Amino acid sequence: MFDARTKATLSSAPKTSRGNRKNKEAFAGWLMAAPAIILLLTFLIVPFIFAFGLSLTNQRLISPNPTEYVGLRNYKRLLNVRFFTLKPLVDAEGNPVLDEEGQISYPRLRNFTRNNPDYPQLNGLREFKSWQVGKNRLVLLASDAVFFRALLNTIIFVIVVAPLQAGFALLLALLVNQRLRGVNVFRMIYFMPVVISMVVVSMLWRFIYDGNDGLLNSLLSAVSFGAFQPVDWLGSPQTALGSIIAMSVWQGVGFHMVIWLSGLQTIPFVLYEAASIAGANGWQKLRYVTWPGLRNTAVLILIVITMQSFSLYTQVQVMTRGGPLDSTQAIVFQAVQRGFEKQDIAGGSAISVLLFLIVLFISIMQSYLTREKR
Amino acid sequence: MKKLLGLLTALLIFTVAGAQTELSMWYHGAGNAAERDTLLMIIEDFNNSQSDWVINLEEFPQESYNESIVAAALSGNLPDIIDVDGPVMPNWAWSGYMQPLNLSEGALDDFLPGAVGVWNGEVYSVGLWDAAIAMFARRSVLEANGIRIPTLEQPWTLEEFDAALETLQASGEFEFAFDPGMAWTGEWYPYAFSPFLQSFGGDMIDRSTFLTAEGALNGEEALAFGNWWQSLFERDLAPGTSQDGADRETGFIDGKYALQWNGNWAALAALDAYGDDLLFLPAPDFGNGPIIGAASWQFGVAASSENPEGANAFIEFAIQDEYLAAFSQATGLIPATQSAAAITPNYAAGGPLEVFFELSNEQSLIRPPTPGYVVMALVFEKALADIANGADVQDTLDAAVDEINADIENNNGYGF
Repeated sequence: MFDARTKATLSSAPKTSRGNRKNKEAFAGWLMAAPAIILLLTFLIVPFIFAFGLSLTNQRLISPNPTEYVGLRNYKRLLNVRFFTLKPLVDAEGNPVLDEEGQISYPRLRNFTRNNPDYPQLNGLREFKSWQVGKNRLVLLASDAVFFRALLNTIIFVIVVAPLQAGFALLLALLVNQRLRGVNVFRMIYFMPVVISMVVVSMLWRFIYDGNDGLLNSLLSAVSFGAFQPVDWLGSPQTALGSIIAMSVWQGVGFHMVIWLSGLQTIPFVLYEAASIAGANGWQKLRYVTWPGLRNTAVLILIVITMQSFSLYTQVQVMTRGGPLDSTQAIVFQAVQRGFEKQDIAGGSAISVLLFLIVLFISIMQSYLTREKR
Repeated sequence: MKKLLGLLTALLIFTVAGAQTELSMWYHGAGNAAERDTLLMIIEDFNNSQSDWVINLEEFPQESYNESIVAAALSGNLPDIIDVDGPVMPNWAWSGYMQPLNLSEGALDDFLPGAVGVWNGEVYSVGLWDAAIAMFARRSVLEANGIRIPTLEQPWTLEEFDAALETLQASGEFEFAFDPGMAWTGEWYPYAFSPFLQSFGGDMIDRSTFLTAEGALNGEEALAFGNWWQSLFERDLAPGTSQDGADRETGFIDGKYALQWNGNWAALAALDAYGDDLLFLPAPDFGNGPIIGAASWQFGVAASSENPEGANAFIEFAIQDEYLAAFSQATGLIPATQSAAAITPNYAAGGPLEVFFELSNEQSLIRPPTPGYVVMALVFEKALADIANGADVQDTLDAAVDEINADIENNNGYGF
């Protein structure tokens, strides 16, 4: 009680002068932040508010029709999903009809999803995935199967790229962090792909992945003494996404190597000396000195890679344009394709808003999970 | 005194120049010297032929031309005369970027149908040339394999064409019997392949209403087309979507492919390689007559132009036979009139490319003239690529129909 009162009287005396200085400091702070804030407002925050607004309308890129408010229609078209159980075709005795290969035959889905008055809720939906459940087939129908494919592909991309890229980058950083002669040459070599434009890198890798006489096929064939059969890396739905992932990891690894490197160099050398004196071996130094010292760097890298990976676009645009058979569709690619090529600004905006919410959610989750536990 | 004279002359030139109104014109062919020289020659002739107007040319690379026009329209900076790709024209006309042409009566009477851009019953654009597609083949190869050489009167039927492909593939001389050109993504797909669908009896949209693709793109005929299309790739008769771009350019000339579906712009290179042995065959008749795509780049007048008389005067000046012939000479494209064709060495009677004029005149069908074409073309491209890659034909066509219809609905029917 007494403490609080003294504190109040004590602090009231020099209030004006300190307040003035504080105000001045605050002003200087805002002034210094102003360029960044203005740029962020003009190029990120205001456009995002616009995008959110546009996603609630039927805005077209070019059109003489007036823009109309349509509520959540764009989102419903993207996100409408439904489960549907497909029962097998049955013969007169009620047994399932089998095809030539002995598989159970089902009626075509389009009998239910196209202009069937008995199933109005299924109208216009498409199969996204299906599973065998006993004799029935459980089908997940989506109004926009391509969008869900893009979402799934992008999530796979993020889940694979984030640990791979971070891991390889750390490995490279540990290698080039040694005091050896000529180590700068290696640093430069590893960093080079980052400096080259992604468009150029994608074009080059298209030649590397070429199905007939690409570099990768020739290399694998030479290494295996001709036993390797050429693979059409980007032309086959099984390998296309994997090829793009491998190339993306390679391209970005140098950038994250540099960040790891800066983290490594903040670890005081005396800690290693102390560890050596205590008799620690190489692995123990890595585990108990290096890794704890890199904690903050690791959090940063993980968040940066995650966000970058969600914006997967250039590689897809240049190398596959979403094909073959939607195996490389990506969210940003869909947003751009709809917004600009198909002139559907409202639809493209809706995808962008959804992507923003997904990335926001994941970033919040990541910073919550990696928070410093005190 | 000398000074005064100089001043007077300058003043005189200034007033004369001041009486002329400047018109701006945009063109898609930046980087193509032959097209540029020809166009500049026409502009110079026009500028010298009268004293009311002066045309200023600005060129853009083709890849970014359409975006430049859209951006200019949104910011109100369109030029007076714009250059527009035939199938895109209805989109721009509907969007209010273009105004109908106002040429003298009968000016377009002798033009190839594909060179005249009509939307909503009015002419909005006219081309100095058209392009045509033919089946590139070699007489010696067809004869050696006992395959009949088709004519415009009697083109190959579906069965004949399909059997020819099987025979050529079985001969073992070629990597693939048929090269449709899957490496050329983009507008090539609807331009080159929608005529196959139309010959089967389907279409990208129901042209009686332009309001739905249901039945046209997923009906029985379209399904037959889709199944045949898929079988081309299943039977390894044609290279698929991962075809190498370089193979597309030179595969026929190098002897990798027996037949190639290609445009007249590639004809001269093939002629150099095979000479008299080379044949430009009409499209196969899949049941509804042989059909090829029509309409190339054309000239029109921007709606925002303050001097439409000048713009129309220039277009009317440019579509004289001598200029059509000059353009054809420079680019190898088909002159838009018979009389212009007659004065070019390539397209005159007995010329090496004469056949293309007939092919264009007899078989051509423009891509659906609707503002929705821009979206339709992309949907169609994806559907054909997916089918070639083994997707379920009926489901893919259904999905394409749904997407086209949703787009039409979003646009309140595009004015139909």
